[in-house]
Amino acid sequence: MTRPDQATAPRTWRKPPFIANPVLRYGLWLVVIVYLVWAFGSLPFNWARISEGLPRAARIFGGGFPPSFERSGLLITGFKESFQIAILATLMGVALSIPFAVMAAKNVAPKPIYLLGRAVIIISRSFHPVIVAILFVAAVGFGPLAGILTLTIYSIGFVGKLLAEEIEEIDWGQVEAMKAAGAGYLATLIYAVFPQILPRQVGLSMYQLDSNLRASAVVGIVGAGGIGGTLMNAFGRYDYDFAFAILLMIIAVILVSEGISGWVRKKIW
Amino acid sequence: MLEIAKLVKRYGRDEPVLKELDLKVEGSSVVSIVGASGAGKSTMLRCINRLVEPSSGSIKLNGTELVNLRGRDLRRARRKIGMVFQGFNLIDRLTVMENVLAGRLGYVNLYQAITRRYPQSDIERAFTLMERVGIAHYANKRADELSGGERQRVGVVRALMQEPEILLADEPTASLDPRTSEQIMKLLQSLASELSLPVLINIHNVAQAKAYTERIVGLRHGRMIFDGVPADFGKEALDAIYGGIETAEDEITEEPGRPAQQGVAHDST
Amino acid sequence: MVDHAGALADRVWRRYDRKQQLIRYGVLLVTVMVVYWAIRDIDIFWPWVWDAPNQISSLGARMWPPDPSRLAAITNALLETVHIATLATLLTIFIALPVSYIAAQNTTPNRACLWLGRFILVASRSVNTIIWALLFVAIFGPGVLAGILAIMFRSIGFIGKLMGEAIEEIDRRPVEAMEATGASKAKVIAYAVVPQVMPAFFAIVILRWDINIRESTVLGLVGAGGIGVILQGAIDTFAWPTVATILIAIVVLVLIGEAVTGLLRRKVL
Repeated sequence: MTRPDQATAPRTWRKPPFIANPVLRYGLWLVVIVYLVWAFGSLPFNWARISEGLPRAARIFGGGFPPSFERSGLLITGFKESFQIAILATLMGVALSIPFAVMAAKNVAPKPIYLLGRAVIIISRSFHPVIVAILFVAAVGFGPLAGILTLTIYSIGFVGKLLAEEIEEIDWGQVEAMKAAGAGYLATLIYAVFPQILPRQVGLSMYQLDSNLRASAVVGIVGAGGIGGTLMNAFGRYDYDFAFAILLMIIAVILVSEGISGWVRKKIW
Repeated sequence: MLEIAKLVKRYGRDEPVLKELDLKVEGSSVVSIVGASGAGKSTMLRCINRLVEPSSGSIKLNGTELVNLRGRDLRRARRKIGMVFQGFNLIDRLTVMENVLAGRLGYVNLYQAITRRYPQSDIERAFTLMERVGIAHYANKRADELSGGERQRVGVVRALMQEPEILLADEPTASLDPRTSEQIMKLLQSLASELSLPVLINIHNVAQAKAYTERIVGLRHGRMIFDGVPADFGKEALDAIYGGIETAEDEITEEPGRPAQQGVAHDST
Repeated sequence: MVDHAGALADRVWRRYDRKQQLIRYGVLLVTVMVVYWAIRDIDIFWPWVWDAPNQISSLGARMWPPDPSRLAAITNALLETVHIATLATLLTIFIALPVSYIAAQNTTPNRACLWLGRFILVASRSVNTIIWALLFVAIFGPGVLAGILAIMFRSIGFIGKLMGEAIEEIDRRPVEAMEATGASKAKVIAYAVVPQVMPAFFAIVILRWDINIRESTVLGLVGAGGIGVILQGAIDTFAWPTVATILIAIVVLVLIGEAVTGLLRRKVL
């Protein structure tokens, strides 16, 4: 079946490269290699200290097992506070996210207000909650208040962004109908906009409650209350068996709350 | 020579899909297997190259028993059995050439496979076969940029790259329009004689089966109820196979749009 | 949040029948009670709450104007932050891919591997980056290594889970075709699985890199390198104008990160 007139020279085939331009292709490789060398070279590794790591790890894990639930009182207090922080922060965050979402939705807010709303949401999303927490701890002192304020900001950023997108996608006909009926701005919002975003809002709130619970375990590390503080203290006192008990409880609580939040959201949608 | 004896396949505890099927294919004949959906056509083909595990029975290809092969032996046997699929089963994101060369995967080593460094002879063979079916100019195109008929040609070439001793085609034309499916049938017919290769074609379209194959095997409920030359395949045979509910004459003349297979739509790109 | 949503829901969904109405009131009541409990029980010194706006605005006033004198050190720390995020993301890939392979139902070698893979993913995902960092700082001492490891250990779960889902969603037909050519398991993966999950892979890695940049800004607060170290130092020495500069720098970094990921998404995908 080989046709002699066609098979003149041995034909070759190579896989066409992902990037056609050879300069760009090899240039990219070079950039990657230079970057890796630069990054590894410039990072300050303290090898002497790192080399002690393995025996230390053995000591930490050895000290951590079995995890000790002896001071379950502290554990329960910590978790209770984390729950309270998460609940109150979700309440405030979700309530406040509504005005910010309205501000940050292009179709219902005037341009200057829109820019302001967007800026608030972008800034509150740029900062990791732990950074916000450390600032609030500095401003209002150690304790759950800083945690609540932190997670409120965190919730505004997340829920506000998604809600604003939701508002931008609403059915505009209902808004026109309200305007045609002579409704004012606020009445239009309440009757034509909010009902449309409500189901989404409830789902987001559940998600945010779960997410705040996770975050509340973390902001405690910088002193904003909750189980994170308890964990940090346990680590600080080399109390590894208690620390591991806390870690296990955090994992368990997170898994349970993820399950519940997923179940509720499925029910609602 | 392919010898199937007392082949049984049962899924779980259901009624067997294949009930003691016997079939012998000798020389380089083109055999079409017809039957309603669920008659066991596809299961039978897949038992031959063991994509489906037969429950009992024997399948011999040129004297080698295929049913109890394992691991490396199974892969060696499979590379001698080419298969063409209804949905083409190409790897969409790879080029036509890579798809074609994939037919050699049973022969090359892993390094060659991953780096695409196939032996020169394989590349020659690929070009020759692609020229034969008219797709050589697409070698470096991505497989999902081709039309249905071209994609099936790639599928056929891939199967032939295996240097098969038998070719299995599972509804090769069911996802194609009438004209293209005629072309593919013609192609399979002429390739079978050029390469002196036995070909087993599962087909829904009785008219095409009669036009392009030398022997028709009719299956119903996992049993063979017709085996003969197209000339003998008349209305009674058709009624026996399809249950005789449909108006048979229409079936024979106007076929391609038949209650086609369930998978027609999923190759759309 | 929920009581507000509930009140709105009550008005909007008036057509609910008695039982649903009752459920809604029940949920509302429980929510109100939980919130009441949280407010009454939480360990907050209320006068501080009323004083908080003053405290926050006075902190804000102390930050103004930002002090750019340590800009060079801040820029270096930001680079270190980016290095930590990038190197950790790159290194994660090597661990996350095998884990996702054994944690995907259709590629896992056996059930033991499946459960091992899932365990790794859950363990990695339920421990926050900061908590991982705490652990690694305790083991390897303060520094970038702890940071890189912390980011890696959290990212393994993220990338592994999403990649596992991508692997589970692949089209099975090319896999079948590759098996039919007699290809070994490794070759089937290289030809039928890898090309299909490639786009998902890039999208997931880019997404995680973006998240990792945000996460690595806080690593320093527990001593694991990056901009957080300087931030903590500035806060501890009450150098509020410097803190303001660092915060602005972080916002800029996050926005640049978002721009770069947006660009990469458009170029690569």
